[in-house]
Amino acid sequence: MDKEYVGFAALPNQLHRKSVKKGFDFTLMVAGESGLGKSTLINSLFLTNLYEDRQLPEASARLTQTLTIERRGVEIEEGGIKVKLTLVDTPGFGDSVDCSDCWLPVVRFIEEQFEQYLRDESGLNRKNIQDSRVHCCLYFISPFGRGLRPLDVAFLRAVHEKVNIIPVIGKADALMPKETQALKQRIRDQLKEEEINIYQFPDCDSDEDEDFKRQDAEMKESIPFAVVGSCEVVRDGGTRPVRGRRYSWGTVEVENPHHCDFLNLRRMLVQTHLQDLKEVTHDLLYEGYRARCLQSLARPGARDRASRSKLSRQSATEIPLPMLPLAETEKLIREKDEELRRMQEMLEKMQAQMQQSQTQGEQSEAL
Amino acid sequence: MSKGLPEARTDAAMSELVPEPRPKPAVPMKPVSINSNLLGYIGIDTIIEQMRKKTMKTGFDFNIMVVGQSGLGKSTLVNTLFKSQVSRKASSWNREEKIPKTVEIKAVGHVIEEGGVKMKLTVIDTPGFGDQINNENCWEPIEKYINEQYEKFLKEEVNIARKKRIPDTRVHCCLYFISPTGHSLRPLDLEFMKHLSKVVNIIPVIAKADTMTLEEKSEFKQRVRKELEVNGIEFYPQKEFDEDLEDKTENDKIRQESMPFAVVGSDKEYQVNGKRVLGRKTPWGIIEVENLNHCEFALLRDFVIRTHLQDLKEVTHNIHYETYRAKRLNDNGGLPPGEGLLGTVLPPVPATPCPTAE
Repeated sequence: MDKEYVGFAALPNQLHRKSVKKGFDFTLMVAGESGLGKSTLINSLFLTNLYEDRQLPEASARLTQTLTIERRGVEIEEGGIKVKLTLVDTPGFGDSVDCSDCWLPVVRFIEEQFEQYLRDESGLNRKNIQDSRVHCCLYFISPFGRGLRPLDVAFLRAVHEKVNIIPVIGKADALMPKETQALKQRIRDQLKEEEINIYQFPDCDSDEDEDFKRQDAEMKESIPFAVVGSCEVVRDGGTRPVRGRRYSWGTVEVENPHHCDFLNLRRMLVQTHLQDLKEVTHDLLYEGYRARCLQSLARPGARDRASRSKLSRQSATEIPLPMLPLAETEKLIREKDEELRRMQEMLEKMQAQMQQSQTQGEQSEAL
Repeated sequence: MSKGLPEARTDAAMSELVPEPRPKPAVPMKPVSINSNLLGYIGIDTIIEQMRKKTMKTGFDFNIMVVGQSGLGKSTLVNTLFKSQVSRKASSWNREEKIPKTVEIKAVGHVIEEGGVKMKLTVIDTPGFGDQINNENCWEPIEKYINEQYEKFLKEEVNIARKKRIPDTRVHCCLYFISPTGHSLRPLDLEFMKHLSKVVNIIPVIAKADTMTLEEKSEFKQRVRKELEVNGIEFYPQKEFDEDLEDKTENDKIRQESMPFAVVGSDKEYQVNGKRVLGRKTPWGIIEVENLNHCEFALLRDFVIRTHLQDLKEVTHNIHYETYRAKRLNDNGGLPPGEGLLGTVLPPVPATPCPTAE
């Protein structure tokens, strides 16, 4: 009877064990005007305090500020799984009086990550590729406007084919329920009008139960997510403590689905679709970039300096393509460093284990 | 600010400068014993009554401008302030409201009556301000409009055959809506207020303040006040125009504690504790617009309408308008406009006024 049993049903477990050991990395970008609650939401989502030492510049300083790209990394561990989360922030976006082309540094950044990956993939040491590509971009829309502003549209159009966009309405406690619905509908209409492709949450399998399907449909309908963030715990008159914002007229509970879509966002972003976002980034967006790049490389005389300028004129948003392979030794050194670090970690762990078993042995001897 | 007895003024616009109808004063107008045979009583103090009757007959003008990004609740607030639909909201979701490519100026007039007094209210809206990707100089159309009104008034004033009551279209008050980011002013806010605080009374207002908790509100207000001070922006009530100590202490309190007013507007009514109140109903509570624990709308309303309405007009006439007039006369060689040397044509209205002595 064991003849029919081959045993590969255990494959998912093997994959699971491997990924647990390897860890998981994810790069999330947040973009939008300042003051929409981006930092608070990130802190609420990942229960961290990434922005503790942030200094907010004054208005007069921001008059001439250009957009910068900031990266923050944090390691989160939960249930034995380690996630290395990289947050990409875009302070200065939408701040100036003249915001023309302020999205270009962001586009360039995203493409640079693709370019880096392309080089790594085509290089010699592919075992330890660092994936720094942006897997998801949370774009914050103001609740005070009437939908997408011209700047929002310009930004989204510039990046929608290069990164997974999840639109989010920040500080949603500024809106009454009807206003929220109307705003969401307006944004959805505008996205369709402007032909902006946001991240499509995949349909659930047909064999899932009805409850799950209904939940899934509800979640999809609540896009863009109207969120409220808070890192403060409020004790509301004897009831259990909740994370929220206390006003004179009541308390907004961040995790209450009737108050805002925070739970939906967290579920979809972190709990169910983290892997899918990475896959879409790799299979769709990165492949698109790669195909465009290699096609233009394949043109005759593409390595010539003169025709490179021709290339950059034709594809205005594409950065001029570097030659492959490039700076091999630098990369090799980096990768070896990474390996060394990992081996050191393992060594330390083994040492700690040995120490523990030693002290345990001594204790049992002493008794 | 006008007191019980306004000082005698000799210019032609005096008929405009009547005290606004005030609630019943605590002190009676006439001496306690209404005995006209009382030694020393002349009866001059009845002039208040006479002026009041005059105002009620003629009514008065008030022009208020609202400036701010679209969606900050400007029209709703004005409607709430004057308890009538004086501003048409552009917020209907069904209609396709396109953001205009340049700043437009839309002035709509209404006549409101209360307690026998008629007010001709004009609300000047500025759609398109701050909504573009490039907002450089988007305040220029607004500055131009304000100066055009001064020019109109000036032309009427220097006419030989003047109208008995010059129609006053000058902007008496400009409500500037600050977005409640909770961080600080935006560069555009600074630029606008820097340019316009010299030509018009600006009252900064924090819009949609129901998005900030009490601590966030007070921190934000402090930061905004500091930024305005550091950048030398004088909003109304301006320190330099306080007439006496009483004014100064009252205005100081407003300037340093209350302003900018953090407001919430609404035109919907809800039932709270058996009363019908204007408010916003959310799943976590009802925000009452006129409840001082919830927002400062009542403070703004009392400030603009019940206590400082007349002063706003006076400062506009005596200070801002006079500055404009002096500049125009100087430009024209000391002669009133319309009469250039040897009958030359009057130079056009400047889009941007001269930098006043800074």
